Amino acid sequence: MIRTTAKKIYIALIFVFLYAPIATLMVLSFNASRTRAKWGGFTTKWYFSLFENREIMQALWNTLLIAFISSFIAVIIGTVACIAINNMPKRSRAVLMGVTNIPMLNADIVTGISLMLLFISLGFKFGLGTILLAHITFNIPYVILCVMPRMKQISPSTFEAALDLGASPVRAFFKVVFPDIMPGVLSGFLMAFTMSLDDFIITHFTKGAGVDTLSTKIYTEVKKGIKPEMYALSTIIFITVLLLLFLVNKAPKEKS
Amino acid sequence: MKNSKSSQRLLSSPYIAWAVIFIIVPLCMVFYYGLTDKTGAFTFENIAAIMSAEHAKALWLSLGLSLISTVICFFIAYPLAMILANMNVNQHSFIVLIFILPMWMNFLLRTLAWQTLLEKTGVINNVLSFLHLPSLNIINTPYAIVLGMVYNFLPFMVLPLYNSLVKIDPNVINAAKDLGANNVQTFFKITFPLSIPGIISGITMVFIPALTTFVISNLLGGSKILLIGNVIEESFTQAGNWHLGSGLSIVLMIFIIVNMVASAIFDKDGEGSAL
Amino acid sequence: MKKYLSVFCMSTAVLLSLAGCGTGTSGENGEVVVYNWGEYLDPEVLDIFEEETGIKVIYDEFETNEIMYPKVESGASEYDVICPSDYMIQKMIENDLLAELNFDNMPNAKANIGKQYWEQSQQFDPENKYSVPYCWGTVGILYNKTMVDEPVDSWSILWDEEYKDNILMQDSVRDAFMVALKLNGYSMNSTDVSELETAKNALIEQKPLVQAYVIDQVRDKMIGNEAAIGVIYSGEAIFTQRENPDLEYVIPKEGTNVWIDSWVMTKDSQNKENAEKFIDFMCRPDIALKNFEYITYSTPNDAARDLIEDEDIKNSPVAFVDLSQYSNLETYQYLGEDGDALYNELWKEVKSN
Repeated sequence: MIRTTAKKIYIALIFVFLYAPIATLMVLSFNASRTRAKWGGFTTKWYFSLFENREIMQALWNTLLIAFISSFIAVIIGTVACIAINNMPKRSRAVLMGVTNIPMLNADIVTGISLMLLFISLGFKFGLGTILLAHITFNIPYVILCVMPRMKQISPSTFEAALDLGASPVRAFFKVVFPDIMPGVLSGFLMAFTMSLDDFIITHFTKGAGVDTLSTKIYTEVKKGIKPEMYALSTIIFITVLLLLFLVNKAPKEKS
Repeated sequence: MKNSKSSQRLLSSPYIAWAVIFIIVPLCMVFYYGLTDKTGAFTFENIAAIMSAEHAKALWLSLGLSLISTVICFFIAYPLAMILANMNVNQHSFIVLIFILPMWMNFLLRTLAWQTLLEKTGVINNVLSFLHLPSLNIINTPYAIVLGMVYNFLPFMVLPLYNSLVKIDPNVINAAKDLGANNVQTFFKITFPLSIPGIISGITMVFIPALTTFVISNLLGGSKILLIGNVIEESFTQAGNWHLGSGLSIVLMIFIIVNMVASAIFDKDGEGSAL
Repeated sequence: MKKYLSVFCMSTAVLLSLAGCGTGTSGENGEVVVYNWGEYLDPEVLDIFEEETGIKVIYDEFETNEIMYPKVESGASEYDVICPSDYMIQKMIENDLLAELNFDNMPNAKANIGKQYWEQSQQFDPENKYSVPYCWGTVGILYNKTMVDEPVDSWSILWDEEYKDNILMQDSVRDAFMVALKLNGYSMNSTDVSELETAKNALIEQKPLVQAYVIDQVRDKMIGNEAAIGVIYSGEAIFTQRENPDLEYVIPKEGTNVWIDSWVMTKDSQNKENAEKFIDFMCRPDIALKNFEYITYSTPNDAARDLIEDEDIKNSPVAFVDLSQYSNLETYQYLGEDGDALYNELWKEVKSN
């Protein structure tokens, strides 16, 4: 009994730690004063002015678009790569996995700068396209790391059996292999999406004029004082996700 | 057999092409910049620059702080991951999401929020003074930086640990207990060794970003504490000395290589860090 | 797991629909790409410009001159109009990154910007060919009257033990060294090694007293009574005083930096005509006034100043200081690559100490 209480307290403490700053941000979104240093009374005006702020809305749109497309493409490339890597000889597999780890382990700033150098030397026009390429690049490793363990658990014989029974390789993959690695693919997608959403440094170096994501917008604001609309937007995002999370969790459990 | 080989080559080629263009080539460019000077002549100067007093100090400080943060993260996360792993099995993804969720609030905003919490006239100190407790003065000190690191990177420790602990077959643990092992023995002989891949990837995922961060030390350290990440960032953005920045980045890559070797040793099946 | 994916798809859908209203269309008369400091003009002004001219503004922001420079130099983005500071304009002129402006296309610029600002600009743009002043100001000390009892008139208060942990210094090389050089009676454009060594030692000596090195966060921290004394740009002073009446801004007697941020046009600009239209538009009195009211940085636009209704602000000694009262005022000069490198090296020593 004491044990379970202690466990609950421990978890509760960690949750307070994780969510205290978020609560702070939410409170700040109702602060009537433009600076975070002073409490100017309760207001909801930022929630209205937010929607009139063209720049923030555009940044939100860009952020979600980039996160969605980049993680989608990363999932496709990453999953296909996993199939291939899984069947590779040990040595080339180790080399490729090592390369895969680089963008994840390298300092963001180095990844960002090196990609910027690359895009300049290739003569790319900086904009949404370059950000997308960069995000796909650092998203693929997360997908591979999520899918790979699942892939290993699948016995190759099922796939071969499907082939023997006359299924085309593509059909065999979608009927036999894919359902098994589905959870890994989904968590890879989720991870990639979150990473893309949260990235600032790499975006900063690969973005073009006038293309802002929420992160880069916030960074320019950090120095000048964050606009209260930004707190309001973060609160909306957080509440949206949280609500949906609980709704789905309460919904009847699905079979799988 | 031959057929499947060529189809494999077909499957792996998009990723290999991608990796070469967007990972290897940019990395080569960093090496090129790191090993040349402004005139384009070959030099080791930018790498040797790590030995200069300021850079060496910054590196040691970064190593120290990120090591401390990693250790703290580990000791917070391991019990947590064990508790979570023993909870209701249907809740797996829910648990994972609860830890990912804070990341949907921008990283800079969250770190800035800590500033609001920790400041001299901040939230925590207001609460403390209301309770007539002594005030907490850790903002702009290394303690605040460690706190920021632990806060930001804790989920990266919890998730791999949780994943590796959940995978442990309960029957193995029961068997150990049936054979007379007590809780402590079971932990050290069974649970802990089986969770080593998770530990390794957790340590990596915390230590490396902590080592290279510059935002946390700027926002919570009041820019008074120069970490190696700050040095690199400043040589790129403020001093415009890309050669020095690249050279120092190459030095940091040594730690990444060390890490890869460590993972390779402990994670023999190449199972990777399952997030 | 499937259902959690649906959560994120749903969230994304909800948020995307929120953002949906934010997508713009391209202008009928082409576009102009503007690169400005963060929060450095009233966003409404851009809407008015687009409406009146049919030119679409692509607007981008930077945090420091040093971050801006490599982005422009590398040609990664095709900026047309930029707003750098004095010494950076000089550097960009020297490195052939700027285009000469045709002032015949910009009647507002010549008519409304005060004569003294053109003269001041000659320090970095000798023939006034490349730049049009946008904002100007000084660097000074902002202090909290409830925490500082003595009269403040010298940089030396930043070295006073009494205010340990209550001092905010500027986290930029040039500004930090400016304070230390001026304190010791040197020029802030000094490249003399022994003078700089003295300044460096002064900064190292000061470091234990400093609460934090910050840039624009001085503003929030001073408003929130986090510190007693801070080094700040004059443009922030009006805003901070409005939020916290206990704050007072002074220009130290040893002298300080008088800076100008000016509009310039890039050499490679593809929209030169639109760029000039934009710069001219920014000089229109009503527009300059709108910007002044939004960002509270002093405007060199005399016609706009005449339009200010609040007499206190119009004659504010903070916003429109009479520079002739002060001696030893200087403007930053570009020190060349070696000079920059030396400053950076010494600053790193201060920071790592």
